[in-house]
Amino acid sequence: MSMKPILFTNARLIDPDTGREQAGGLLAHDGVIRDLGPQLTQAADADVIDCGGQVLAPGLIDMRAFIGEPGGPYRETLKSAGEAAAAGGVTTVVSMPDTSPALDDPAVIDFIVRRARDTSVVNILPAAALTKGLKGEEMAEIGRLKEAGAIMFTDGARSVTNAQVMRRALTYARDFDALIVHHVEDPNLVGQGVMNEGEFASRLGLPGIPREAETILLERDMRLVRLTGARYHAAMISCADSAEIVRTAKAKGLPVTCGVSINHLSLNENDIGDYRTFLKLSPPLRDEDDRQAMIEALTDGTIDVIVSDHNPQDVENKRLPFAEAADGAVGLETLLSAALRLVHSDRISLPKLLRALSTKPAEILGLPSGRLKVGAPADLILFDPEAPYVLDKRDLKSLSKNSPFDEARLEGQVTITMVAGRIVFDRRSI
Amino acid sequence: MDIQALLDLADQQVEVSRQIEKRKTSLLGRTQINLFFEPSTRTQSSFEIAGKRLGADVMNMAVASSSVKKGETLIDTAATLNAMRPDIIVVRHHAAGAVHLLAQKVDCAVVNAGDGAHEHPTQALLDALTIRRNKGRIEGLVVAICGDILHSRVARSNMILLAAMGAQVRLVAPTNLLPPGIARLGFPTFTDMRKGLEGADIVMMLRLQRERMNGSFVPSVKEYFRFYGLDQEKLSFAKPDALVMHPGPMNRGVEISSDVADGAQSLIREQVEMGVAVRMAVLEALASHLPNG
Repeated sequence: MSMKPILFTNARLIDPDTGREQAGGLLAHDGVIRDLGPQLTQAADADVIDCGGQVLAPGLIDMRAFIGEPGGPYRETLKSAGEAAAAGGVTTVVSMPDTSPALDDPAVIDFIVRRARDTSVVNILPAAALTKGLKGEEMAEIGRLKEAGAIMFTDGARSVTNAQVMRRALTYARDFDALIVHHVEDPNLVGQGVMNEGEFASRLGLPGIPREAETILLERDMRLVRLTGARYHAAMISCADSAEIVRTAKAKGLPVTCGVSINHLSLNENDIGDYRTFLKLSPPLRDEDDRQAMIEALTDGTIDVIVSDHNPQDVENKRLPFAEAADGAVGLETLLSAALRLVHSDRISLPKLLRALSTKPAEILGLPSGRLKVGAPADLILFDPEAPYVLDKRDLKSLSKNSPFDEARLEGQVTITMVAGRIVFDRRSI
Repeated sequence: MDIQALLDLADQQVEVSRQIEKRKTSLLGRTQINLFFEPSTRTQSSFEIAGKRLGADVMNMAVASSSVKKGETLIDTAATLNAMRPDIIVVRHHAAGAVHLLAQKVDCAVVNAGDGAHEHPTQALLDALTIRRNKGRIEGLVVAICGDILHSRVARSNMILLAAMGAQVRLVAPTNLLPPGIARLGFPTFTDMRKGLEGADIVMMLRLQRERMNGSFVPSVKEYFRFYGLDQEKLSFAKPDALVMHPGPMNRGVEISSDVADGAQSLIREQVEMGVAVRMAVLEALASHLPNG
């Protein structure tokens, strides 16, 4: 079915790929960007949207979201995740394999691909398990899973502690040019820990998680990448030492990239306050110096991408004593707003921020989106970076409401989200 | 003796083996001990038949019931057997270098029937004979050795022998099943089987052990067969007159499909016949160098 062309006029076009920023228009038709530039003010037969000077940019690409389908549809379905993503300006979501059953079988990947296509308004691309049953013991069928549509390979919230398993998986993945994404947090060093190890945890009487739980695995992985030559992405780093490890690896020319969660750019351990379980995360929120180091690493290019680490948890899993509560926070809908705080506080330019939220993840995943370019998919967002609001969790489209930004003052809201040339979210009509 | 001459001798043994009267006398009065530390139906019976056809007294030492199980060291076993004054000992051992070690401790001739992942020379010779008989030559042929090269003594011996005889040997396997640093030996390696088979005259498949297919070296049998199993579709990337070989025993549906294994391009049965002939040639050549030979 051919849709009517849509012409955005009077927009502030930002292409994070080239860093170019200009006033102008953009024409979307048949799912792709047909034309763009300052000259573009009209097009035949097109529906015209006057952007009123708002920013028109590629939709966000989120490399890390947990969705409860299959196995936990009360937490989140592909449909609800798609709606939440659309409201947050996220046009492509990579779903984690930590489902029930785990996404370690080509048939289940096929199911997710089809079901997402049928029910979600945004692109949802499944990451497949790196090891069978996410157990860290035997590598999954990387070749067949990739053929079935797996975009990358990860054990989600789990780490592969056995270095031999990791070595062989990296070696095998390299043969198939598959991307391995690893959550670097050694479960043995985490032990009973529930928050960042240090003074604050000691005051609260909570067992801590040392930064070394992250740095030791990350350092090991850098050695294994050097040994195997595989493409490797550290899912999320959280502390200054980790940034240094990645910086050094990149300087040596290793095929390594890494991400940071929006939470670790926005919050620190003090925000846990009096045991707020919505801030119980994995990796844990670190101290303010670490948060500053994360921002630093983002601006100098050590950190490639920002992820929402969207992890919906229902009330029963969160309304518990801190140590017993589940890890995770929802984040799809607040990703852009929270990230814009870095722009408003002059820590990073808007094109550079958008680069970490769209162009870079597209590059790492090998997607054609993430850029404003003729022929690229018309996955777009129109947003007012200054629009102020106070987050009310009841407004969240996600089935779970565990947002660490509940009641926070935020600036910057998505007006329109477009996926493949189709408007999937429009705040003007609310 | 040069390899071509040894293969010529093996050609003669093929004729002997195809006669009704198969008995020769070149090893008459000689004692041949088959010392197999690792079970092997095929190679052991091949050596046994070869020895018997040449007139030797052949004794099979079954390790399961031997003193080795009682804790005797390899060197002590060698010394014990040596005292029985055999003329030839044929040895198969699970450890690389074990045959070499044993050979240093005995006075008789020793034939390596396979040591660990190191070498299996008579397999390479029988493969060379099979190729030469079917293609008329070895020089210039493109030979793709595919599968578990890491653990394969067959692959190593074939790489050495066929390359020495002028074949262009390539290796096709997932990197996990390639010996690290193997590219330094100068053989082109391919992880994509279709590319590796392009233009091949000979496709030599290797056996994948069960314990290596369940997520340790490769994810699963299904996945292995999908990407590295030889089926008609992948074979179609080789030359139209390409021939298929396998040292056996085969895992049908793992490294090779049944229709290829039993198909017109398969030399697998012929390899077994050539095995006896090559081992006769090797034993006979050795016998002529034995004391009083």
